[in-house]
Amino acid sequence: MGLKIIEKLAILSDAAKYDVSCSSSGSNRKNTKTGLGNSKSMGICHTYTADGRCVSLLKILLTNYCIFDCAYCVSRKSNDVQRTAFTVQEVVDLTINFYKRNYIEGLFLSSGIFKSADYTMERLVRIAKKLRTEVDFNGYIHLKAIPGASEELLYEAGLYADRLSVNIEMPSEQSLQKVAAEKSYRDVLMPMEFLKNSIKESKRERKRSKKAPKISPAGQSTQLVIGASPENDKEILELSDTLYKTKELKRVYYSGYVPISQDNRLPIISETPLIRENRLYQADWLLRFYGFSVNEIVDEKHQHLDLEMDPKSAFALRNLELFPIDINSADYFQILRVPGIGVKSAKKIIYARKFTKLREEHLKKIGIVWKRAQYFITCQGMTNKLLKQPIPIITNAMKPNQGRKRNPNQLTLF
Amino acid sequence: METPELRYDGSFEGFLSSIYFVYQHKIKPSAILSNNLQPGLFNSITTITTEEKKADRVLAGLQLKSSKKVVRFIYQCFLSEQEGIELKLLYFIRLVLAGKGFKIQDYSDPIVVDLHEIKKRVGREVHRMHAFVRFQETKEDLWVCEINPDFNVLPLIGKHFKDRYPNFDWIIIDTKRQSGLMYQKQYLTFGSFVKQTTGKKRLTEKHKTPDEKIYQSLWKKYFKSVNIDERNNSKLHLQHVPKRYWKYLIEKQ
Repeated sequence: MGLKIIEKLAILSDAAKYDVSCSSSGSNRKNTKTGLGNSKSMGICHTYTADGRCVSLLKILLTNYCIFDCAYCVSRKSNDVQRTAFTVQEVVDLTINFYKRNYIEGLFLSSGIFKSADYTMERLVRIAKKLRTEVDFNGYIHLKAIPGASEELLYEAGLYADRLSVNIEMPSEQSLQKVAAEKSYRDVLMPMEFLKNSIKESKRERKRSKKAPKISPAGQSTQLVIGASPENDKEILELSDTLYKTKELKRVYYSGYVPISQDNRLPIISETPLIRENRLYQADWLLRFYGFSVNEIVDEKHQHLDLEMDPKSAFALRNLELFPIDINSADYFQILRVPGIGVKSAKKIIYARKFTKLREEHLKKIGIVWKRAQYFITCQGMTNKLLKQPIPIITNAMKPNQGRKRNPNQLTLF
Repeated sequence: METPELRYDGSFEGFLSSIYFVYQHKIKPSAILSNNLQPGLFNSITTITTEEKKADRVLAGLQLKSSKKVVRFIYQCFLSEQEGIELKLLYFIRLVLAGKGFKIQDYSDPIVVDLHEIKKRVGREVHRMHAFVRFQETKEDLWVCEINPDFNVLPLIGKHFKDRYPNFDWIIIDTKRQSGLMYQKQYLTFGSFVKQTTGKKRLTEKHKTPDEKIYQSLWKKYFKSVNIDERNNSKLHLQHVPKRYWKYLIEKQ
């Protein structure tokens, strides 16, 4: 006790920042006539920190006291850091006062585990409940679902939150055991399964009656730490794919391991694997929006994503026989496989070619990345000669400009 | 056909009145310009008086031939204040009023494509304002935000903030254009300031409540401590938060 609120905020936001999820999208919560706030389904990033990450939510831990000792976590029991906790009222006040000033879209509340899972979860739920029912706050709320908490509490959390998440952190059970002896995949997957069913059930109910309660309308997500354990990208993407399919997650976040701890259960790495993280996000996008399957992106021979180029370019280079693709006749998913053509451009192409046969200048105007796409397409007035060039020349064209200093940019997808 | 230069007062109604004038006199203006710009040397200048009735007629005509969406499209483009936007919109309005199955998505017309691009930029600025507006609590029980958007987007952001903050009075001030979007007693108005204070902040320390100062320092602290130093990336940071907005962002002071 005795810490000022500003000191608590510094400690408990610092400890929460390694959770990379910051999305405020996917929910469409309307305000009441006299309430505070709403949620826009597109989400809003109110500012960006010096590391280029978006700030959309007040992301804090309720407390960094924790009974667990997970090696990857700053708040692990054996770590020598200052401990503190917010009161329920302090979190409520911070949230509404930041929100009123238009600093944030809402609250992202996580916590160290104190006493027990239920004890912790009950505190998180109490805060969300107070915000919704006493303050009439209708902004975004993201709560952590604490593994091991009772189903009643998880359900109640879903009533007040827009999104819930349970983090897997380590991309395999074995690695998780190694760094967090108290945890198992089962602990994490059980609440996910329960939430999946509750969310589905609520959607069904709401089709029948608008009065049925919304449960976590923006779905659930999880996070995997990258580079703190030996899994390759193939294993990671297979795990994500399974989670999307069986747990119907909205998002899997990838968090490049920041070497924060000297714990000997973790490897010593000199820097955060930012490019790898970026490539995983790109691959994740291919899974969710481009109709790719995991084994098209990575396979036995290519168990890691190419760090030099994006995964779609790498796929195209391994499958040159599928190209060139005729822009004026190919179907939507074929067009989506061309490096340099994204979802937006592909849709525009499908729409625009109804009126006229598309030529190079049309495609450039539509906004495709000509530098890469030109190797893999044909269109009106253009026969593809580039594809017959030696592979190293095409490969080089897929890489970022050599002239510019390469920047290990994080994807700007949050 | 006559090719005079038209001058109007800079308002949307004034612009629509100019359109009315163009149709009424069947002329092809060489330029339609807001009053505060320098006149061209050789052109004859006609000054247009803003008349709400005429503006409404033009609007009604446009709606009849197209849709609310197209009218909003024109309005959004107009608010870009880009040089020459009036003539481009006149061209566009002629297409709409001519009927003949004109489609707003006609990307084969370079001026139409250009207008889509302009509208997109205005839309982006609207989204930025949804993000970058920072309200400050004042002792007069009014929440005040000063901001300096690239385009004249205040008229487009009222509903967003009204939906969000229906329960207290607030004002968003465009310091460059000396205009303000005011929400008071559940009522939204947009207008210009009579007293000019270009460049200077209207809001100073003495206006702020004690709470305001506390929450500003909490916000600054938060902004610093959520950064991961190992990942610093100033290029990405600047791309998302361009320097021209820093002046009014609490966390960047």
